[in-house]
Amino acid sequence: MERNYIKIWWQHCLAIVGFSVIPLLIVSISLYVIFNKIYTDQISETLLNRVEARRDTIDLFLSERISQIYTVAHTNKTHELADEAYLNKLFSIMHAKSDSYVDIGFIDKEGNHLAYVGPYHEILKTANYKNEPWFDAVMSQGIHISDVFMGYRHFPHFIIAVLIREKNERWILRLTINLKNIDDIVQKAWTGSLSDAFIINRTNKLQTLPRFGGAYLSPPFYKNKRNDLQEKAIPYPDFSSTAKTRVDRISIQGHDVFIATSPIRNTRWILVTKESPNEILFSFMQGRNWTIFFTSMGLLVICTGAVLFTNALINRMKETDRENAASSDMLLQANKMIALSKMAAGIAHEVNNPLASISENAGWIKDLLADEDISSSPNFQEFSDSVTKIEQHVNRARKVIHNLLGFARRMEPEKEKINVNNLLDETTGFLENESRHVNIRIEKQYADDVPVITSDLSQIQQVVLNLLNNAIDAIGSDGVITVGSRYLEKSDEVEVWVADSGKGMSEAELNKIFDPFFTTKEMGKGTGLGLSISYSIIEKLGGKFKVQSKLGEGTKFTIILPKH
Amino acid sequence: MNNTIRVLIVDDEDDFRETIVKRLNARKLKAEGASGGRKALEMLKEKEFDVMVLDVKMPDMDGIETLRHVKKITPDVEVIMLTGHASVEFGLKGMQLGAFDYIMKPAPLTELLDTIGQAYNKKKEGA
Repeated sequence: MERNYIKIWWQHCLAIVGFSVIPLLIVSISLYVIFNKIYTDQISETLLNRVEARRDTIDLFLSERISQIYTVAHTNKTHELADEAYLNKLFSIMHAKSDSYVDIGFIDKEGNHLAYVGPYHEILKTANYKNEPWFDAVMSQGIHISDVFMGYRHFPHFIIAVLIREKNERWILRLTINLKNIDDIVQKAWTGSLSDAFIINRTNKLQTLPRFGGAYLSPPFYKNKRNDLQEKAIPYPDFSSTAKTRVDRISIQGHDVFIATSPIRNTRWILVTKESPNEILFSFMQGRNWTIFFTSMGLLVICTGAVLFTNALINRMKETDRENAASSDMLLQANKMIALSKMAAGIAHEVNNPLASISENAGWIKDLLADEDISSSPNFQEFSDSVTKIEQHVNRARKVIHNLLGFARRMEPEKEKINVNNLLDETTGFLENESRHVNIRIEKQYADDVPVITSDLSQIQQVVLNLLNNAIDAIGSDGVITVGSRYLEKSDEVEVWVADSGKGMSEAELNKIFDPFFTTKEMGKGTGLGLSISYSIIEKLGGKFKVQSKLGEGTKFTIILPKH
Repeated sequence: MNNTIRVLIVDDEDDFRETIVKRLNARKLKAEGASGGRKALEMLKEKEFDVMVLDVKMPDMDGIETLRHVKKITPDVEVIMLTGHASVEFGLKGMQLGAFDYIMKPAPLTELLDTIGQAYNKKKEGA
């Protein structure tokens, strides 16, 4: 029974690959997931710390400003502050060692400037702040830091205002903070080439200039690259309600980004920093790529190994199967032979005895015909012919029996005188029609001095027939078969050969051709027994069997038979 | 010395044995037949024979067994084994036990006569 080797190949290969690839993938993927989590956590922690440090710096800056303004407000008399010359002197001192302030104003409870020092004197000296939102806030809270606004000067700025109470009077000391200070602090968070940091207020309006998209008091926009004009700017998600420092990993426009947000104390501002994971996760990504690379290499090695190993295994399986099939065939054949030889022996015995009786009786009649004086009888010739025929046919039956025994291979070979050239002629005659049909010419090279030999005609005929059949099969069509004979005077032997112009055989095949069940013919065409039987026949007849072959040139079989 | 060859044919096939005996007698031999091994041994005790033609396969007592007894009783008699049986082995075994030769059955009478003649000559030389 033929196995489905392809199916076995796939099963085996997939089993190996499955059992090694699945664990490999599980390990690789879980390692990746674990490292990804650890790394992301660590990055988040770092970003959290960073944004808080940045926020603390802003906090500190604002706190210092508040305490300075508070000190100024409460260490000076109100009538002094209302004196513009005094205020100018005071502001010069405050401004001397820092550029934190733009201008200073002293305002009464009605919102009118009592004194103003700063670059916008003409616009602001006459301005009334009673209806400004910060005015109410400072009146009720005492200290107020405003959001960035345009105001009368039409330029983005923000103020810190302190309420001064004296008896029943109330004044406000108001300072405009140089926005550049806050911008500087925030911009220190622009670490990589793609990171960004800015401040928004509770209505999601920008309080500082971001690196990429947006202007003062507009909502922040996300852009991946600064100068990419084609890129559409998308608004950032609204972080204005952030109450506690947090880090999120979100996707904007297909870009994976880390966003860290932190509310700033004393204000209604929120610090937002953006980091690109491609930058901060660079070493992790590199690690991931290496993991993918090594995993792929591993997969490749496993698959190659599986294929090679399975191939080797299947080849060995095929070989074993072939050997098993051959040996079971051989066993079957041997059993058949034993059964047949027993049967042949039985038939031979049962038929031989009556044959012997017939033969003797016919002989007796012949004896009598010779002795008696009946030669004159008109039917004498008929009697004589009849008896001779009986003897002939007994002889024929005897040969059949001997052949039967020859088949069982338990009988001594027949010894008869054989004219080798006649034998060759007769045998090639059987195949002349067949060979002509496929355009194969049979060339005869008989020597004239070949002596008559004593051997078994039918067995030699069987061998020659077998060789001729093989030669025709080896050629296929269009070719020449050479049949020849020669007398070897030295050793007193006769050589007979059959050569074909066929495809020839390799050395490996040559070594095997006398093995039973070896065949180069197509499946089902040859039994692989012909040459091995021929070999044993020739050996039994005391002869030698030789073969020469060259790939592409043909094969020559030589039989050497003893003369006696 | 009597030149007539005395032959004992031992075979269980009556037709074969009787015809052979007739044909040998017609050829100036003194032939007699025995239908089995025991009969043959009895006849050997009574008469003297030069050559014995012994079928290998017989009921009652087979050729090999008979041959053993013959060689004990009258070792002078030359025995030719007749193997109607397919096996050469019996013939060879017979020869190991002292038979002169073996002949495959059915054999032409001339071959049998030749072998009988050779056996007789051998016996005479031995004598």
